[in-house]
Amino acid sequence: MCLFIDPDLCTACEACVESCPFGAITLVDDLAQADETCNLCGACEDVCPVQAITIEKKTGAPAADGYEGVWIFAEHRQGKLAQVAFELLGEGRRLADQLGVALGAVLFGHDVKEEADQLFAYGADTVYLADDPALAGFTDDMYGVLLAKMINEHQPEIVLCGATSIGRSFIPKVATILGTGLTADCTGLGIRSSDRLLLQTRPAFGGNIMATIVCPAGRPQMATVRTRVFRRGPYQEGRKGELVEIDVARKNIVSRTRLLEVVTDLSEKVNLAEADVLVAGGRGLGEEKNFDLLRELADLLNAGVGASRGAVDAGWISYAHQVGQTGKTVSPKLYIACGISGAVQHQVGMQSSDVIVAINKDPNAPIFDVANYGLVGDLFDIVPLMIKRIKTARS
Amino acid sequence: MDILVCIKQVPDTKDIKLDPETNTLKREGVESIVNPFDMYAVETALMLKDEWGGTVRAVTMGPPQAEQALREVVSYGVDEVALFSDRAFAGADTWATAYTLAKGIRKLGDFDLIICGKQAVDGDTAQVGPGLAQQLDLPFITFVRRIVKIELDSRTMVVERLMDDGYDVVETSLPALLTVVKEINELRVPSLKGKMKAKKIDIPIYSAADLEVDPDSVGLTGSYTQVIEVFAPKPRGNRIILEGETEEQVEKLLNGLTKDKVLSVKID
Ligand SMILES: Cc1cc2nc3c(=O)[nH]c(=O)nc-3n(C[C@H](O)[C@H](O)[C@H](O)COP(=O)(O)OP(=O)(O)OC[C@H]3O[C@@H](n4cnc5c(N)ncnc54)[C@H](O)[C@@H]3O)c2cc1C
Ligand SMILES: Nc1ncnc2c1ncn2[C@@H]1O[C@H](COP(=O)(O)O)[C@@H](O)[C@H]1O
Repeated sequence: MCLFIDPDLCTACEACVESCPFGAITLVDDLAQADETCNLCGACEDVCPVQAITIEKKTGAPAADGYEGVWIFAEHRQGKLAQVAFELLGEGRRLADQLGVALGAVLFGHDVKEEADQLFAYGADTVYLADDPALAGFTDDMYGVLLAKMINEHQPEIVLCGATSIGRSFIPKVATILGTGLTADCTGLGIRSSDRLLLQTRPAFGGNIMATIVCPAGRPQMATVRTRVFRRGPYQEGRKGELVEIDVARKNIVSRTRLLEVVTDLSEKVNLAEADVLVAGGRGLGEEKNFDLLRELADLLNAGVGASRGAVDAGWISYAHQVGQTGKTVSPKLYIACGISGAVQHQVGMQSSDVIVAINKDPNAPIFDVANYGLVGDLFDIVPLMIKRIKTARS
Repeated sequence: MDILVCIKQVPDTKDIKLDPETNTLKREGVESIVNPFDMYAVETALMLKDEWGGTVRAVTMGPPQAEQALREVVSYGVDEVALFSDRAFAGADTWATAYTLAKGIRKLGDFDLIICGKQAVDGDTAQVGPGLAQQLDLPFITFVRRIVKIELDSRTMVVERLMDDGYDVVETSLPALLTVVKEINELRVPSLKGKMKAKKIDIPIYSAADLEVDPDSVGLTGSYTQVIEVFAPKPRGNRIILEGETEEQVEKLLNGLTKDKVLSVKID
């Protein structure tokens, strides 16, 4: 335990007790005492009027020596750059400018060289290109070891990657190889001007609290970043930069896993993380075929289709569509919940959407607690009417 | 097959709220549960044991009360459990957690397969599984939704892993580490025999000294990341119920959405 409360200084004023976000401090025999649930977040240290509390934190050497530059991983899958690559370029550019350093983009794949131009146009100063048949498909060993080797060689101070299935899989491996910190699924980034540290803000406890995290001693500072949180930067036609080609074969990386097949769900848009608009259905739809009604609305809005666990468990739609604690976390611009009661486990997966519309016939349904627009009524009246109105307005 | 499952005791997130006035977590009535995804990891291990024989062990790193979580999985049929617990482990980030788990698992022996949940619902990081695999120098596959086949002779297995736009079919050599999603199976119910065993089972506790960890690599000291602030998310503009008949509600909605610039429908 690294939290010390000096019994000679403690005046039992309880300031720390109130400040503790985890309720971990209590008074025992007129002395403050922290229990196991203490997260050593330091809130108490700051409020203690008599400086009785100290927390021993890893300070480490200013690891910044020699580390310079911001890198983003430009995810590429099945012949296409992921949207998040452009969002990271936008945010990465902003951070790099603030630090006065270059922005590098890392591109892995096979026959992807021409994509480098796009990365330059959206703000990269340097593109590190690893173009090799061994990178045509994603495997953690190949991607993880290669990126770790490149980081060791070039020593950027910050590395950002999308919090996608790929990023959340192989980036922890990279951070572990390098021996540095990694913050998952960030929704806010900034630079602390006093010491150039990357401030990484992310939701925890299902979005019920937000935490800001730093990595003072490890380098690079690494984070995965939630999709659709940052804006892509401006497109600058013809903008050029330096292309660094990596000789992958010479790195001698062996993968212990082998990608046998990539199966894309063509039935409908399941990439919920990238959709601007989501239309989601719950048990209120009553039966499987009624999802067609939502698909019709989704098509009109170029939206993805989400679902509550109730609907998934009923077998009406596949698990890939499930939003919530045991499904996906989404934050589209617009989330339309139809016939979903809005249990907390569902809410934690969608409450960071910009605008939430709830359609439910029960005025007391908890989904209305998080809705910007609540429509109390039968979804089988409301949704068809929405479809009709949108169609007429557009014709 | 000898399988090890990593489980974590977490507060039931649905109960967690931050008091916006004091910025403190309201803890009254917050129950501890086994991280939901880890239950699917346990079930996966038990199904594999049913098919292939062998043993299923579960471990957790946590405070003394985390033994409750271990007892719970014993009631489902886990054979043996171990608790890695020491004040020095407190405040661990995912790096330090993976390090400590790896040290503990090495102490327990060799396994054909290690299974973790996709992520823990308190931190939602999904980083411990891949980090642990790297610490143990094992191949890993995340977000597994189905086990396609296992070939013990050639020591390989094939699984489907969930991706953002579908799924990948991936083969790995064994031993390996998997993280699983909910889709992989349905939970069984605890048996009476299991419940009895859960009450009685002796839970070995391993301290920092037992695991021979480097003291600078565990707990807060071993954590590269530091939380410097916690705060309540900005409140949503919530509980706005549109008035009127269905037609009127829909009209107000579409006009509102157009004004919010999330939809472009001109209605007049
Ligand atoms: C550990 C755990 C994890 C979980 N994870 C998730 C998760 O990831 N995602 C998730 O969604 N849930 C999750 N749940 C389940 C969650 O608690 C709810 O049970 C689930 O979300 C309910 O789904 P539903 O809203 O579709 O169904 P219901 O609760 O049955 O709600 C249906 C709603 O439809 C309304 N309705 C019915 N007919 C109509 C109509 N014609 N017009 C308009 N409205 C109508 C009803 O008023 C009702 O509010 C989890 C639960 C647990 C315990
Ligand atoms: N303290 C812990 N003890 C045992 N297993 C853990 C612990 N923390 C995380 N895990 C495992 O790692 C998975 C991912 O956790 P996380 O990276 O915290 O989201 C969980 O589902 C568990 O299987």
